[in-house]
Amino acid sequence: MTFHPEIFLQQIINGLVLGSIYALVALGYTMVYGILGLINFAHGEVVMIGALTALSVILALHGAAPDLPAALFILAGTLVAIPVTMALGYTIERVAYRPLRNAPRLAPLITAIGVSIVLQNVALLVWGRSYRSWPPILPTTPHTILGANITDLQIFIVLAAAAIMAGLMLLVNKTKLGRAMRATAENPAVAGLMGVNVNVIISVTFVIGAALGAIAGVMVSANYQIAHYYMGFILGLKAFTAAVLGGIGNLAGAMLGGLLLGLIESLGAGYIGDLTGGFLGSHYQDVFAFFVLIVVLIFRPSGLVGERVAERA
Amino acid sequence: MQKKLLTVSVVAAFAALALAGCGKEEPKPAPKAEAPAAPAAPPPPPQIVVKIGHVAPLTGNIAHLGKDNENGARLAVDDLNAMGIAVDGKKLVFELVGEDDQADPKTGTVVAQKLVDAKVNAVVGHLNSGTTIPASKIYNDAGIAQISPSATNPTYTQQGFKTAFRVMANDVQQGSVLGSYAAKSLNAKTVAIIDDRTAYGQGLADEVEKAAKAGGAAVVAREFTKNDATDFTAILTKIKGKKPDVIFYGGMDAQAGPMLKQIKTLGIKTKFLTGDGGCSPEMIKLAGDASEGVYCSQAGLPLDKMPRGADFEKRYKAKFNTDVQIYSPYSYDAVLVIADAIKRANSADPAKIVAELPNTATEGVTGKVQFDDKGDVKNGAITVYTVKGGKLDVLEVQGGSLVAKAEAAVKDAVKDAKEAAKEAAGDAAKAVGQAATAVGQEAKKVEEAVKK
Repeated sequence: MTFHPEIFLQQIINGLVLGSIYALVALGYTMVYGILGLINFAHGEVVMIGALTALSVILALHGAAPDLPAALFILAGTLVAIPVTMALGYTIERVAYRPLRNAPRLAPLITAIGVSIVLQNVALLVWGRSYRSWPPILPTTPHTILGANITDLQIFIVLAAAAIMAGLMLLVNKTKLGRAMRATAENPAVAGLMGVNVNVIISVTFVIGAALGAIAGVMVSANYQIAHYYMGFILGLKAFTAAVLGGIGNLAGAMLGGLLLGLIESLGAGYIGDLTGGFLGSHYQDVFAFFVLIVVLIFRPSGLVGERVAERA
Repeated sequence: MQKKLLTVSVVAAFAALALAGCGKEEPKPAPKAEAPAAPAAPPPPPQIVVKIGHVAPLTGNIAHLGKDNENGARLAVDDLNAMGIAVDGKKLVFELVGEDDQADPKTGTVVAQKLVDAKVNAVVGHLNSGTTIPASKIYNDAGIAQISPSATNPTYTQQGFKTAFRVMANDVQQGSVLGSYAAKSLNAKTVAIIDDRTAYGQGLADEVEKAAKAGGAAVVAREFTKNDATDFTAILTKIKGKKPDVIFYGGMDAQAGPMLKQIKTLGIKTKFLTGDGGCSPEMIKLAGDASEGVYCSQAGLPLDKMPRGADFEKRYKAKFNTDVQIYSPYSYDAVLVIADAIKRANSADPAKIVAELPNTATEGVTGKVQFDDKGDVKNGAITVYTVKGGKLDVLEVQGGSLVAKAEAAVKDAVKDAKEAAKEAAGDAAKAVGQAATAVGQEAKKVEEAVKK
């Protein structure tokens, strides 16, 4: 097997783009987990609703004025999708999680899966069963760097994931709201006694997570140029894996886990077949990714950069 | 507490993934047919009523295709009645019993049982592979012949049922045409093959691989994806490094569309070939301008290439006041094949029809219909299309009984002429005479074949 450096570089780029997409979604999981200790399995579906809402707006706008610049379309789509998912995130928390806040930990996990199924079916009713494709607004001519191709959008996705992670870290660690969030995470009862409105803080967390979901949804569907009602399921599962890999509850961990998972998948699919002489093929890329996850969890149960969070009573 | 929850969640995630992995289970054809149906009670002479069952989805999202199939069969029944075929001195009266299976395997078995109970003499249907396969067991148990005009999954005729036939090329035939098309017409020395790990995609890809290798092309990469995947960049990049001449994808349009876009973004300039699952306007819609120049195939001939296609189209339009969709010429032929078997058997007894069907050699709208030992049509036609200006454009037709026969006849004539020339090398005048006669004779044969 001959080694092509430009192919290797392309696989790294593929991995970084895919990883940034996972990271964008994983940030939403990890935020909610960090504050509530709850895995919000419906987050993948929030991403899907964001993507489909934005696509509907973009399609309508493209029908009315097809010559606007691509960035404007995406901006308009995202600006409509964000309030929609924010409202959705708030509603989910209010209806499905708040009544169960003091219930055993498994109960909200089950409702989360229930909410995810409900949202999928709502999307099925609203947007139909078939794949919806993007109008041809994005420039498809890629930049070539040392023989590897990357599009403007892909560069933007990688930068956006990093910027959003940094923004969230600033929010959590440097602002008053962030301090309230950390206090709630530490001990909601005591935080309440200290004058923190715990309900508001938790709602805000969900709403921010959902807004991130909308942005992730737009980026994902723009990258693949399609959106459909089922897209959130696999994406959510992969992002959740990424969050666990990096250390769930830790914002930098979500980013690290996402990038690592993306790289493992793309290098795995690209090279397993040749390295094992055809014994294992590209259908083992998921097996490979989960194998790495298991190994990491055995040696570092709280993830790569996760710290042991104080036990909650 | 947190750690425990995490473990639970990871387990849940795995379970969900495992669940997602399992496909939908094919419902088993539960209802058992009773003993082989008694032959249709011969009504008082001078006529015999022959009931032909027809099943296709007449409701739901492919209802237009189902109605088209039924119209084709109805046209054939009317033609046969107008012709006035007599068997054993009694006139045959053909009657079409139409049923709706909603493209649903469960409903398919229910209506199959209904037709068996109605004591039909033979069945034309069903439309989908998913309904045809479970229903075939019911017809087999009842000893009633079944001819599908449109189910392409190889399994249908590989269950060892003596009653199962089809008049359309199956996926094995399609795969071999695609593979040799890549190797010969596209001049591929190296091929990369991707499939989506479904029964359809994997089966088709395996056949393409065999045929491409037989055609002298090397398979440099065999990659896999899933029928719910959206990201193909890793496998496509690997394929880019292998620099194949052709990429083949066995799977559906929902993946082929985005895959084509990613091929374009990655700067891969390789020709792209796919089967009937990806050969749809939907693929073009999803891929946009990245679909331009894609090659793909569909089982069956385009209507204007069928021997009696133009005549069929005219009469169909006059009768039903609508356009021919896809499979109605095949359902028409399926009815003709049954009538032919009845004529040869000199009886409309279902068991005798089943016994006669393997000897079929019927000239139909789509060409000459003959079955191999499994019940698949011999020389089934495959049409290769290319995408041009956002539309599917017929590129060439491979197979099809008429084309194959004419080709063989021409080859024979050329061979005979050559041999004759060689033999008569000593006697030039005689040789010219002989060769001329041979060519003349063979040319006549070809002409006859084409006329037929």
